[in-house]
Amino acid sequence: MSTAVSSDALLQVRDLEKHFPITKGLLRRKVGAVQAVDGVSFHVHKGETLGLVGESGCGKTTTGRLLTRLLEPTGGSIKFEGKDISHVSQGRMRPLRRDMQMIFQDPFSSLNPRHTVGTIVGAPFRIQKVETPNGIKRAVQDLLALVGLNPEHYNRYPHEFSGGQRQRIGIARTLALRPKLIIADEPVSALDVSIQAQVVNLLDDLQTELGLTYVVIAHDLSVVRHISDRVAVMYLGKIVELADRDTLYANPMHPYTNALISAVPVPDPVRRDKAQRERILLVGDVPSPIDPPSGCHFRTRCWKAQDICAAEEPPLVPKTDDQAHTVACHFPVFPVVPTQASAPASS
Amino acid sequence: MVTYIIRRLIGAVILLFIVSVIIFGIFFVIPRLTGATAESLASRYVGRTASQEQVEAAAHRLGFTDPLPVQYGRWVKGIFVGADYNYGPGVEHCPAPCLGYSFINRRPVLPDILDRMTVTLSLAVGAAIIWLFFGVATGIVSALRRGSIFDRSAMATALAGVSLPIFFTGIVALTLFSYGTPFRITAPGGSFTPITENPGLWAYDLILPWITLAFLFAATYARLTRAGMLETMHEDYIRTARAKGLTDRRTIFVHGLRSTLTPIITVFGLDVGLLLGGAVLTESTFSLPGLGKYAIDAINDQDLPPVMGVTLAATLFVVFANLIVDIVYGIIDPRVRLG
Amino acid sequence: MSTSTSFTVDRTSGGGPSTSFLELRELRIHFPTDDGVVHAVDPVSFRLERGKTLGIVGESGSGKSVTSLGILGLHNRRNAKVSGEIWLDGTEIVGAAPDTVRLLRGKKMAMIFQDPLSSLHPYYSVGWQIIEAYRTHNKVSKQVARKHAVDMLGRVGIPRPERRVDDYPHQFSGGMRQRAMIAMALSCDPDLLIADEPTTALDVTVQAQILDLMRDLQAEFNSALIIITHDLGVVAELADDILVMYGGKGIEYGSAREIFERPEHPYTWGLLGSMPRLDRTRTERLIPIPGTPPSLINLPSGCAFHPRCRYADRTNGLSYTEVPELVSSGGAHPTRCHLTAQQRREYFETDIKPNLELA
Repeated sequence: MSTAVSSDALLQVRDLEKHFPITKGLLRRKVGAVQAVDGVSFHVHKGETLGLVGESGCGKTTTGRLLTRLLEPTGGSIKFEGKDISHVSQGRMRPLRRDMQMIFQDPFSSLNPRHTVGTIVGAPFRIQKVETPNGIKRAVQDLLALVGLNPEHYNRYPHEFSGGQRQRIGIARTLALRPKLIIADEPVSALDVSIQAQVVNLLDDLQTELGLTYVVIAHDLSVVRHISDRVAVMYLGKIVELADRDTLYANPMHPYTNALISAVPVPDPVRRDKAQRERILLVGDVPSPIDPPSGCHFRTRCWKAQDICAAEEPPLVPKTDDQAHTVACHFPVFPVVPTQASAPASS
Repeated sequence: MVTYIIRRLIGAVILLFIVSVIIFGIFFVIPRLTGATAESLASRYVGRTASQEQVEAAAHRLGFTDPLPVQYGRWVKGIFVGADYNYGPGVEHCPAPCLGYSFINRRPVLPDILDRMTVTLSLAVGAAIIWLFFGVATGIVSALRRGSIFDRSAMATALAGVSLPIFFTGIVALTLFSYGTPFRITAPGGSFTPITENPGLWAYDLILPWITLAFLFAATYARLTRAGMLETMHEDYIRTARAKGLTDRRTIFVHGLRSTLTPIITVFGLDVGLLLGGAVLTESTFSLPGLGKYAIDAINDQDLPPVMGVTLAATLFVVFANLIVDIVYGIIDPRVRLG
Repeated sequence: MSTSTSFTVDRTSGGGPSTSFLELRELRIHFPTDDGVVHAVDPVSFRLERGKTLGIVGESGSGKSVTSLGILGLHNRRNAKVSGEIWLDGTEIVGAAPDTVRLLRGKKMAMIFQDPLSSLHPYYSVGWQIIEAYRTHNKVSKQVARKHAVDMLGRVGIPRPERRVDDYPHQFSGGMRQRAMIAMALSCDPDLLIADEPTTALDVTVQAQILDLMRDLQAEFNSALIIITHDLGVVAELADDILVMYGGKGIEYGSAREIFERPEHPYTWGLLGSMPRLDRTRTERLIPIPGTPPSLINLPSGCAFHPRCRYADRTNGLSYTEVPELVSSGGAHPTRCHLTAQQRREYFETDIKPNLELA
């Protein structure tokens, strides 16, 4: 179902599924399932950043947990460096976890308040029994410096740091074993705007310096646009559009992507009235993932929906010459072809 | 809601079953493991003067030589339909429900338990009402006047109440208010008048044990309520209530208290349930003829069946109390019953 | 431009009753604690008329939420020292008796909070809570109040309100819950509505719906609206005027257009530069503000922003020693900065604006 994938993809996900069973009644019979992730396919090359964007309930966080095998998929496959890790036992996963790490959203609760920073960042070395040339403490201090913290704060506790600094500590911990792939789940959403920018820049720099590959999960479209090379938009457990970053934001094809982008408030009061008139307001709420609409999940809120949308689920395929731009829609919004004269100057 | 209750009921029944096996294990299996034989067990039933043959015969007739599962089955069956104890010289009949037969007292255990129940019930319920009221009230006032003199002295008193054992406070109370001091307010304990006979006398006999027992629990509840109140009053919905223009009183009692009381009610149910199984120390200190005292006396007499009977009864109360508490919780908190 | 004249800030207390619908004069809110006095709001001044929207922008620790709670009089008198003046439609609130202020709450001024799940009581139905709000200020029967509650739920766009009125907060989705909270706040037809981060906890498409709703309701009720947020996009959508707060002080105050097109304060420049934006071509790097927001107990001496300001050394040392006043000079809207208006204009044109430019 996905486009042709080159075999050197670091991470390859095919038809990934995670259904959480729902039980009811005295005997806890399974009466249904929360279809959190419902057939997701993508790949990530070494050194690139894939952004996974969507609103609450779209399944992006569950996908992140599946990638690092904090959850086990109920269908589909995950291949990391060519090895199938979909149903590998936790014991066999442990050595792989050196190469695949996660940054969490909440800098306040993802650090153990009873451990010093040194203990927290040094934990991966101890858990994975990794030898360091000059001792763990030295390695930890190097990491702290790498993320822009003072190495002398080795013995401080998390509560003595601000939110942005705590997120840096989390990043330092993630980098300890020099992983190849980092899954970042909402890495900046709990931070103030000015601190967000610092951490975004840091992640950028680290990627260049250490050759990291990122999968960034976020709901903030502007942040995702800044970090990612390619972006996948998720809705109710499925990917509805996947494209290179610039293409997606310039020519979104899926109606939901269009609505999402138009919903972001524009920080420009002059353009405010124009933006409001052009804004696509979706009606109603996201349907329940327990009983998603048949065919295309988005059809109940889509202004372009027709009968076929209820009957047939649209496949994620390219609809233009750009093979890298795939969209799952029977009636995508086709971009206006720009004339040569209005091509934007590069920044 | 109905499925919720039914599921809890089934759970309670299963729990009772498991507990009965455990009780059986404690009283019948563990002695075996520590070297008792069928004969030594039987000897407790026939008294010290019986001959060896009598003991052996009793062991056989009382079923101690049967396999353990059979003994268990017989015991459980006896609970429901009654049992006959053939110990040699005669047969003692124990009508249903049979919680055991005391050979030392020469009568079934259940009537004694029921008798003593009324005393324990009077003690527990009376004290419960007092401690719930005073504990919660003190906790609320302490929380609202946090850091004040009232708060500090109340919490200090509460600390004393929680730390001092009941036999100490009880004896102090008796000394101060019962024996030979100028404040001879109340009876020296040891007597109990059923409420049906003479309510005034009933209360008079119980007032000191009530207050002493309540002091212990009220202390805990005051601290619990205070902590819960402080936490609740910082919740966002309290800020919303104030922002709507509600009076302080309404905010505290309608919005704050309901959330604070929910965990308190659950603890209350469990405490009362436990207490109904016999407030052993209080009853001993005040010489009240309740379940706890009954059990203690039986232990001193090395009379096994009453102890078993009381254990079973106490377990029943605790399981039942848990069930009630679960159901009440479902009523109070809509998130629990509506998921 | 003459728009700045409407932003003269009256720094003298006791200058007589205000002519505006809502006016804050040098409001200060301090919290004495064991670690020292927290200067949460120190000071804030602004004016607001009916039918207009003021956006208060700031990050965590800027004092914006404390200010809004201060307007509603929700600070505990034992913990907080409030000074200055708040004039609401001719009544001064800071010095007023607590019961007077209480009667204004919900009726004349109402607030909606950031997280509707924790801000609504979990044990009472949404309808019950709306009815309670209504009956606190109106002597009506339960039936009348219930009908009003159903009306309000319908007004805010909740489908089948007559059925949902008996539902509990946890049975609503996030967006619907926030609508319910708005319904509750508006139930007594307040003249002033304060929204504290009303959409931060919501998805972006739901946020668009809620902002739209708030705009419509404001027009319908002709209420004054204060929207408190850290999101410059949201504030640009709704606000007529903007007050930027930092370290407990108002540091820049002007119309929305002015703040976005000709921001005066280096902190505002920093905010605009550190935001990734969809309406501009992507810059290679965001330009964050170095450092972290200040502690409100130990504010830096002089200008609270100076440790993070790259222009701090261009004020002849004033930034380190003297707290700047909120003044307008050189035709610009009021700004709290030691740099001269001329200097600011120059730095903005050469350093800041090119990085914010549309390609």
